Amino acid sequence: MLEKLTIKEASEKLTSGEITSLELTEDVFRRIEEVEGKVGSFITLTKEIALKQAEESDERRKAGKTLSEIDGIPIAVKDLFLTKGIKTTAASRILDDFIPINESTVTKKLWEAGAVLVGKTNLDQFAMGSSTETSAYKSSREFDSTTRNPWDLARVPGGSSGGSAAAVAADECIAAIGTDTGGSIRQPAGLCGVTGLKPTYGRVSRYSTIAMASSLDQAGPMTKTVEDAAILLKIISGHDKHDSTSSEREVPDYSKALTGDISGLKIGIPEEFFGEGIDPDVEEIVRAGIEKLKSLGAEVIPVSIPSVHYALAVYYILMPAEVSSNLARYDGIRYGYSLLKSKSNVIPNSFRDLTASDGMLNQVQHDNSHKLSILDVYEKSRAEGFGDEAKRRIMLGSYVLSAGYYDAYYKKALKVRTIIKNNFDRVFEKVNLLVTPVSPTPAFKFGEKVSDPLSMYKSDILTVPVNPAGIPAISIPAGFVNRDGHDLPVGMQIIGPMWSEENIFKTADAYQKVTDWHKRKPQLT
Amino acid sequence: MAEKLDIEKVKHIARLSRMELTNEEEEKFAGQLSSILDYVGELSKIDTENVEPTANVTGLSNIMRADEVEESGVSQEDIAKNAPKFENGNFIVPGVFE
Repeated sequence: MLEKLTIKEASEKLTSGEITSLELTEDVFRRIEEVEGKVGSFITLTKEIALKQAEESDERRKAGKTLSEIDGIPIAVKDLFLTKGIKTTAASRILDDFIPINESTVTKKLWEAGAVLVGKTNLDQFAMGSSTETSAYKSSREFDSTTRNPWDLARVPGGSSGGSAAAVAADECIAAIGTDTGGSIRQPAGLCGVTGLKPTYGRVSRYSTIAMASSLDQAGPMTKTVEDAAILLKIISGHDKHDSTSSEREVPDYSKALTGDISGLKIGIPEEFFGEGIDPDVEEIVRAGIEKLKSLGAEVIPVSIPSVHYALAVYYILMPAEVSSNLARYDGIRYGYSLLKSKSNVIPNSFRDLTASDGMLNQVQHDNSHKLSILDVYEKSRAEGFGDEAKRRIMLGSYVLSAGYYDAYYKKALKVRTIIKNNFDRVFEKVNLLVTPVSPTPAFKFGEKVSDPLSMYKSDILTVPVNPAGIPAISIPAGFVNRDGHDLPVGMQIIGPMWSEENIFKTADAYQKVTDWHKRKPQLT
Repeated sequence: MAEKLDIEKVKHIARLSRMELTNEEEEKFAGQLSSILDYVGELSKIDTENVEPTANVTGLSNIMRADEVEESGVSQEDIAKNAPKFENGNFIVPGVFE
């Protein structure tokens, strides 16, 4: 039963000696055995490593050398963070045999704090998606092996950090780490009924975190409570000399901000995030949440953020542009899926040599008399290794950056980005925070959006505006809607100006002190 | 600003992206990319006269460190582990020039 604990609860019990990290970790893996067949959160489980880390944690504690508040706590990590010696795939075939030779700064900080690695969680391939359906592992084409929403196994967990969100919701870990480029922590947190924060851009190092869009990506905590998110954010934050976009700004003790007192806080309700396109039940729940904050002493003010509805278009130009650049490194030369991987020692001179020794090429068209060129290595390795969504975004990015189109698309988007950022700055002169829904609908069914990319993109409309502006935002559980006999979680998003994580945590935590939504668990067994 | 992408255009973009597409994929992407480009093309309606582009929100630029050699912590053996073809410290590739 220990898997149900939060970081805070587990940490207290470890400190008092009531439980050991080994017991805690064993309970987590017992739970995984129980439910993972249904939920499918993980690409790789690291049970042996976890048990060893748990034992080491217990030994440290006996010797009075506990490293941090998360020493001995089992944490799940999105399979986008490089973990040295442990397979890391970005949920793509192009990395299906990749074993990192170094560690990401985020995970390095977790291990230095004594955390225990449960495993690497599933995601949309290269973090591209809002449903985890584009994972090359646990693809929804084989319904029995896909990541499913623990609240209704016929529905998606959201994405791209769907595996991390589902693992937290299903108690398959005590907490998890995800990444957010356009909503990939907040939306799955909302759909799975857990807490998820995207920090201010530059708060957390991006070093050796597989890059999607470098000016938008941020790693963040996905947890059972706001209290836990505050603990975890402090551990993973901080300046990193390996990431020149990371901030030197001091990391506060976020836990100290959780005073429960939000009297006088000014909360803006931006009209553009409500109304048309938002499920009326979702809106009703979020408005009830806002009333709750008002009852705690916050002042609620209607506001408007002009041009915010252009943020999705800005995002779907800038992000693919950066993606096309970041994914250029998967070229079949230095690592990953490659035409050149052959069991023989000679460089294959033609496809005849390759297919004879390896059977690597299944679907890619080739002509046996054609002499293998470097262009073939690039074009065919990438064609075979990348999934559809990755190809689509790379192509979109190449197009908007290409000669003749750069000004009309990419440069234009960079300018509209300035306008959006300025509009957020202006609204934050009037209010401290904004409160909005995090997803226009609760969790949707598998296959519902996957064949219409544009409809999938539009499910990000409430989360995307925040990333180009670099500002932080959290999603917390705010209620449930009943669909097809299942109670589906609805998340409430709280957005703040840059570096306002303390205010965001304080408000979200104050809400959790007087509500129970975050304590409810899905019925899996 | 938006145009319906023809197959030639799609082939060109695929070549820029260094990816080989099947005929089926070319058709599919032509349609999908066209509708996405239509949507994002809405930005042309916004007046951005006198607006500076924002490439990154941190305001940081030219972050440097001293030009001193440091240990990377990664060896050539490590690099060879994931490489398709690696010999004597070199990645082996088919000829770049004809």
